[in-house]
Amino acid sequence: MKAHSLFARTALVLGLVFLYLPILSMIVFSFNNSRLVTVWDAAHSPTLKWYVALLSNEQILRAAWLSIRIAVISASAAVVLGTLAGMALARLGAFRGRMLLAGMTAAPIVMPEVITGLSLLLLFVALEQLIGWPKGVGAVTITLAHITFCMAYVTVVVQSRLAGFDESLEEAAMDLGARPLRVFLRITLPLILPAIASGWLLAFTLSWDDLVITQFVAGPGSSTLPMVIFSKVRFGVTPDVNALATIMVLLVATGIAISTVWMRARQKRRARDLQLAAAANL
Amino acid sequence: MVAGIPTLWLLVLFLIPFIIVFRISFSEVRLAIPPYTPLLSWRHGAPVLQLHWSAYRFLFTDTLYVSSYLYSLKVAAVSTLCCLLIGYPMAYAIARSDAASRPVLLMLIVLPFWTSFLLRVYAWIGLLKNNGVINNVLMYLGIVHHPLALLQTDFAVYIGIVYSYLPFMILPLYANLEKHDGTLLEAAADLGARPLRAFLRVTLPQSFAGIVAGSLLVFIPAVGEYVIPTLLGRTDQIMIGRVLSDEFFENRDWPVASAVAIVILLLLVVPIMLFQRLERRQLEAAK
Repeated sequence: MKAHSLFARTALVLGLVFLYLPILSMIVFSFNNSRLVTVWDAAHSPTLKWYVALLSNEQILRAAWLSIRIAVISASAAVVLGTLAGMALARLGAFRGRMLLAGMTAAPIVMPEVITGLSLLLLFVALEQLIGWPKGVGAVTITLAHITFCMAYVTVVVQSRLAGFDESLEEAAMDLGARPLRVFLRITLPLILPAIASGWLLAFTLSWDDLVITQFVAGPGSSTLPMVIFSKVRFGVTPDVNALATIMVLLVATGIAISTVWMRARQKRRARDLQLAAAANL
Repeated sequence: MVAGIPTLWLLVLFLIPFIIVFRISFSEVRLAIPPYTPLLSWRHGAPVLQLHWSAYRFLFTDTLYVSSYLYSLKVAAVSTLCCLLIGYPMAYAIARSDAASRPVLLMLIVLPFWTSFLLRVYAWIGLLKNNGVINNVLMYLGIVHHPLALLQTDFAVYIGIVYSYLPFMILPLYANLEKHDGTLLEAAADLGARPLRAFLRVTLPQSFAGIVAGSLLVFIPAVGEYVIPTLLGRTDQIMIGRVLSDEFFENRDWPVASAVAIVILLLLVVPIMLFQRLERRQLEAAK
């Protein structure tokens, strides 16, 4: 093996260790009996007591349920808006306001979250003064904020998927007399469905995970899960948070495994369809 | 309509909010609801525009703000450089590995990103603190006899930022390196270039766009980072994102918080525009 590729491979392995070591340590210590989190109590471990404590913690469960509802609504709305924006940018060519839309969808991705959070809260305050809505801050304002930064990510995912396809399929359908809505439903939508699915998952994760923007636009009684976790860990480590992290890692790993199997099956089916089509042409 | 609905949404919930922040940064704080003075007031039936510079003057006379800005820029720059030094060889190794293992390796890079950012930062508290995992291992091996102060240091913040943002560095670098044409390297080797020289003269310049994209994706959000320095960082030197949040929530000084935000934006406007240009070019190249 050449020296430089040996170096790169070593770096890759070490980098992956760096990425996974903290996650592994959280999983291991979630089974630790000691309250001191990082001191392994060999006599009484492994134990599931932090999982029991977690699942009987009313505050965490309520926050998790609120976070799930906000994430589902935000991701769904962000997918609709992001798909429209992605299609406009990838398919409409040069339209008026193109630069504006392109700029406004790219900026939220890199914008420091404190700035987005502050500006959204000031907007909600100004709106309430002007038109009397929204009444105070809470779940509604959190959802509106989440839709806004999530749709930027969906736009990028959908736009790059559409950029990879040429427009000839859509043009052919239109030449054959299909109306725009039918072209969208029969041609474009199936093409970008994988992008929409991964955009939804990405949006769900971002919404579920967001702390900084949420803190600005949340009110009393609307604490999301990250807010509850942050207020707990800010004053030191608590073992039940390790249990929570382990459950989340497990859920994500399962989700990824299922989607990988599904994608593989889809690819195989497509390959088989292509073979059949080729055989029919002979 | 396809373009109109998302444009309208972003106008109301992204662009107008910035204008409001800009407006409030020229107000003065007062004890009322809302806690700032109006810009336009009516006097004798005519509108009077009242611009206050006090928030900005305050920002540049109190050394706390200037030093927080400089500190944030330093932390973001050092973290970006570390991300690049760690991420580049990793992206390179993935791009050079065989086609079958590439998706798996990429998945391994992205997977941590799908688990909670907050919890991954929290995990480092358990690793870095005085009786944490790293100190326990070092003391057990006899390398140190007293625990090293790792938490609440610059080092901890660098670790936290590099750890959280590494995928954002690796992905654009990989996307770039993967497209490289191997024949150029072969040609360089045929002409007698050693591998290191070929890398420095061929691969590195070709991957410049990827380096810039990855660095911007790390640097820009890192400047305003709030969670990582709050959980892992020093208490005597805070970053500007924390200053903004404290001004708003603790001091309830909306004009100064807005002015802090505007100055962060002014510092970042060039990198953000650079990022948007790269993004646009990349999407056009994909066509």
